[in-house]
Amino acid sequence: MAVTIFADVQHNRVVLFSILFAMLALLAFSNPVFAQQDDIAVNAALSDLNARSFKGKTAAVEALGLLGDARAVPTLEALSEGRLYVRKTDKSVVIAERAGKAYLLIDPVTGAAMGEATSREIKKIIANNKLRGLIRGVLGQLALSSSDPELRRAAVENVISSPTNGSLALLKTARDREIEDDIRARLETGIATLELGSDDPGLRRAAVDRLADGNDPVIKSLLERRLLKNTDGSFVEPDAGIRAEVQEAVNNVNDRLALFGLAEDLIFGISLGSVLLLAAIGLAVTFGVMGVINMAHGEMIMLGAYTTFFVQEIFRATMPAEAFGFYLLASIPAAFFVAAAFGILIERGCIRFLYGRPLETLLATWGISLILQQMVRSLFGANNREVANPDWISGAISIGGGVSVTVSRVYIVVFCLVVVAALAAFIRYSRFGLQMRAVTQNRGMASAMGIRTGQVDSLTFALGSGIAGVAGVALSQISNVSPNLGQNFIVDSFLVVVFGGVGSLWGTIVGAFGLGIVNKFLEPVAGAILGKVVVLVIIILFIQKRPRGLFALKGRAAEG
Amino acid sequence: MGPISRRLFALESRSGWTAIAILLVTGLFIVPALNLMVPEGSFFHISTFWVATLGKYLCFAILALALDLIWGYAGILSLGHGAFFGLGGYVMGMYMMLQIGDRSVYGNPDLPDFMVFLNWDSLPWYWWGFDQFWFASLMVVVVPGILAFVFGWLAFRSRITGVYFSIISQAMVFAIMLAFFRNETGFGGNNGLTDFKDILGFNLSQGSTKVGLYVVTVIVLLLVYMVCRAVVSSKLGRLLIAVRDAESRVRFLGYSVTNAKLFVFTLSAVLAGIAGALYVPQVGIINPGEFTPAKSIEMAIWVAVGGRGTLFGAIVGAFTVNGARTYLTGVAPEIWLFFLGGLFILVTLVMPQGLVGVYRSIRSGDLKDAIRRRIQRVDV
Repeated sequence: MAVTIFADVQHNRVVLFSILFAMLALLAFSNPVFAQQDDIAVNAALSDLNARSFKGKTAAVEALGLLGDARAVPTLEALSEGRLYVRKTDKSVVIAERAGKAYLLIDPVTGAAMGEATSREIKKIIANNKLRGLIRGVLGQLALSSSDPELRRAAVENVISSPTNGSLALLKTARDREIEDDIRARLETGIATLELGSDDPGLRRAAVDRLADGNDPVIKSLLERRLLKNTDGSFVEPDAGIRAEVQEAVNNVNDRLALFGLAEDLIFGISLGSVLLLAAIGLAVTFGVMGVINMAHGEMIMLGAYTTFFVQEIFRATMPAEAFGFYLLASIPAAFFVAAAFGILIERGCIRFLYGRPLETLLATWGISLILQQMVRSLFGANNREVANPDWISGAISIGGGVSVTVSRVYIVVFCLVVVAALAAFIRYSRFGLQMRAVTQNRGMASAMGIRTGQVDSLTFALGSGIAGVAGVALSQISNVSPNLGQNFIVDSFLVVVFGGVGSLWGTIVGAFGLGIVNKFLEPVAGAILGKVVVLVIIILFIQKRPRGLFALKGRAAEG
Repeated sequence: MGPISRRLFALESRSGWTAIAILLVTGLFIVPALNLMVPEGSFFHISTFWVATLGKYLCFAILALALDLIWGYAGILSLGHGAFFGLGGYVMGMYMMLQIGDRSVYGNPDLPDFMVFLNWDSLPWYWWGFDQFWFASLMVVVVPGILAFVFGWLAFRSRITGVYFSIISQAMVFAIMLAFFRNETGFGGNNGLTDFKDILGFNLSQGSTKVGLYVVTVIVLLLVYMVCRAVVSSKLGRLLIAVRDAESRVRFLGYSVTNAKLFVFTLSAVLAGIAGALYVPQVGIINPGEFTPAKSIEMAIWVAVGGRGTLFGAIVGAFTVNGARTYLTGVAPEIWLFFLGGLFILVTLVMPQGLVGVYRSIRSGDLKDAIRRRIQRVDV
C-alpha cells in the first residue's frame, strides 16, 4: 500500500496551481536542473513564442512543455499574465515589470536584470484564453521535472487526471529519471492509463493487467470508460478478450474499493469516537465517580479551547516564529489549570451545597454554564476565534483507495488514548486516586480514616474539569472556537457516559468508540443528521434493555 | 349544590378562588377593554403588541403548569417538554400553512411555499387532513400525547428515574430538533412554518384577532389550571406525591408506579402541546429553534422561580421570568444570560421553594423569625 503525504489542497486544482506557480518560479531561479545542451532548444522555443499567429505560439508552448525544462516556467507564467514582451531592438523575448513610466526588463531564462526600456521599445506578446489553458496544462507537466518530490507527486496526479497529447512521452521520460519508488510506481500507473488508448492490443492488454491491482477511483472510472460504446455503436475497446479483462479488472478494483470504504467508515468512526471520548472523560469523573450532574461541563471544554487561543496569541506576540508551533504543547497544562481552577470555584461556591439533590445540581450548573458562555462572549466576542493548526499536525495521510485522514485527527486519537491511560493510572496508583475511590465507596468510613472528604470532593471535581479543559485544547484543532463550543458536546457526552455505564471508565471508552463507529456506519445509509437521530433512538432503546449502561457497576453502588 | 360543583368548589380555598376571580376579571375584561375601548395615546391604553406579548406569556404559563404537574408533584424533571410544546405548535402551524392557499409567494393553491421550493409535486401523507381545523385540533392533543406515551412507557417501564430521565428526555428533544432542521423531513427545515394569513377565517394581522386569541388563551389557562388542580388533589395526586418522595416504597405497597407516572406524563405533554398550538398563531412562526435543549431547560426555571409543586407558582414564575426577559433583552441584551444563569443558581441555592415559598414564609412569619434568629446569632 503506497503511503503518500501531501497537502489537503490536492482536490482543489485552482489552489494547487497557484501554489505550483509560486514554487516553480522560485525553483527555476535557484536550481537549474538540466544540462546545457537543452539551452539552445529552450531559447529557440522562447523566440518562437513571438510567432505572429496563435497557432505558432501554441506550437512553441507545446515545445517548451515537451522539453520538460523547469526554467520555462517563469516565461509561461509571464505570457499567461501578459507580462511577456519582445524587445524591438534585438527581437529577444523578455519579462517586463512596470516601474513608474519605464519597464524593468528581466531575462526569462536566467532571471537576470536586463536594464530598463520605455513602452515604445517593447511589444507585448498577447495570449488568448485558449493559450492560457494550454499553458496551465504545460505548467502542470513541467512540475514533473521539478526537484521537489512533493511537486512531482502532485504533477503526476494532475497529468493522470487530465492528460494531453504529449503526456505519454512526458510520463515516460519522467519515469526514466525518477528516483523515488512511489512516484515511479505512480508514473507507471499513469503510463498504463494512457496506453489503454493505444492502437497496439498488446500494449492495451499489458496496461489492463497493470491497472487491475490498483485501488484508485480515478483509474476505475478510466477503466470503465473502456467498456462503453462509441456514438456509432462500436465498443471503445474493440477487442472482446481485452474487454473481458477490463471488466474483471473493474470488478477487482470495486471489491478493493468496497473494502477501503469499510476501512474509511471505521477510521472516521474511531476519529469521531475519540472526539466523543475526549469530551466525555472529564464527565466520567465528575458524573461517573462523584455523581454530580455538571451541565457546565461543555463550558469547561470551551474554556480549555479559549485558553489555547490565548496561549497562541501570547506565543504569536512574544515568541520567535520557529517556536510558534509549540504553543499547542504549552496550552495543555495551561488549559488544565484554568479549567481546574474554575472547577474548584464552582464546586466550592455552588455544587457542594447541593450534594444529594441531583436535579437541583443540574439546574444550578446549567445556570453556571449560561454565565460562563456570556462571560466568554463579553470578553472575546461572539464570533469564532481562529486557532491555527501548527505545522506538525497539518496535512493529511492518504491510505489509498481515495481515503485520506488529516494528521490532526490521528493526533487526537493518540492524544485521547494517552489522556485516558494517564487518568486510569492516576486513579489506580496515586495516593489521591486511592482517597478518591475511598470517598466514592464509603464516605463515612473514609472520613473516619482521616480523609478530608470535602477537599477530595473539590479536587476530584477540579480533576474532571481540568480534563475537560485539556479536551478543549484538542477540540480547538478541529472545531470552531466559539462561546457555543461546549453546547455542541454536552448532550453527546452525557449519552456516552450513560450508554457506557455510569462510574465505569472502561464503559466510557467502549461507549464513545462504539457510538462513534455506529454513527459513521449509519451516515452513508441514512445521511449525517438522520444517522444521528437513529443513534439517539438506538441509545434510548438500548437503555431499556440495560438501564445501567454497558458496563454497569455490580452490587450496592449500582442501586444508588 | 350538586356533588360535582361541590367538588369543583372544594378544589380551591376561599382566598384561592378570590385570586382566580381577580386575575380572571383582569385578564378577560380589563386588558381587552383597555386595548379596544381606551383610545390610543391614552395613558391607560394597552397596545396590541402588549396584548400579544401577554398572550405569549399565558402560553408559557400553560406550559409551566404542565411541567409543574410532573416535576412538582411526581418528581419527573423533563428536559424535553419543548418537544411537546413545539409539536403542538407545528400541528397548528400546518393547519394555518394550508389556509394560505394561493396567497403564498409562489401562489401554489395546494402546496406551501417551501414544498414548491423543494420541487415536491404533492403533499406528503402526514400533511393530509391538516386543512381541517377539527383534525388539526385533534392532532394538537394526539401527536404530543402519543409521543409522550411511547417515550414515557419505554422510560418508566425500565425504571429510568431522576437525572437519567432528564438526560434521556433532553436527548429526545435534541433528536427531534435535528430531524426538523432537515428540509427533507417536510416541515420547512431551518425556516420552519411562517407567513400565516388567517385562522378559522379571522385575519391574523388584525388587532381584534390578536385580542381574540388572547382571550381564548386566558380561558384555556384557567381550564388547564383547574384540570391540574383536580389531578393533584385527587387520590392519584396523593399517589404521585408519594412516588416523588419514595418511589420504591410506593411500588412495594402494590401501586403501579409506571401507570401513574405514564398517565401524568402523557397528560402533561398534551397540555404542553395545547400551549404550543395557542402560541404559534400569536407569534406567527414556528421553527426548530423551539426544540433546542436550552429552551426546554429554561422552562424548568420558570417553575422553580415560581415555586415547585404549587401550580400557582408555575404561572407566577412563567410571567416573572419572561417579563424579565422582555425587559432585559430590550434594555441590555448582554445582561440577560447573566441574569438567567444567576437565577438558576439563586433559586436552587437560596430559595428552593420559589417565590410562592417566600410569600408563604412571609405570611406565616417564618421569614421574620428566621431573620431575627440570624441577627441574634450575629449578636452572640
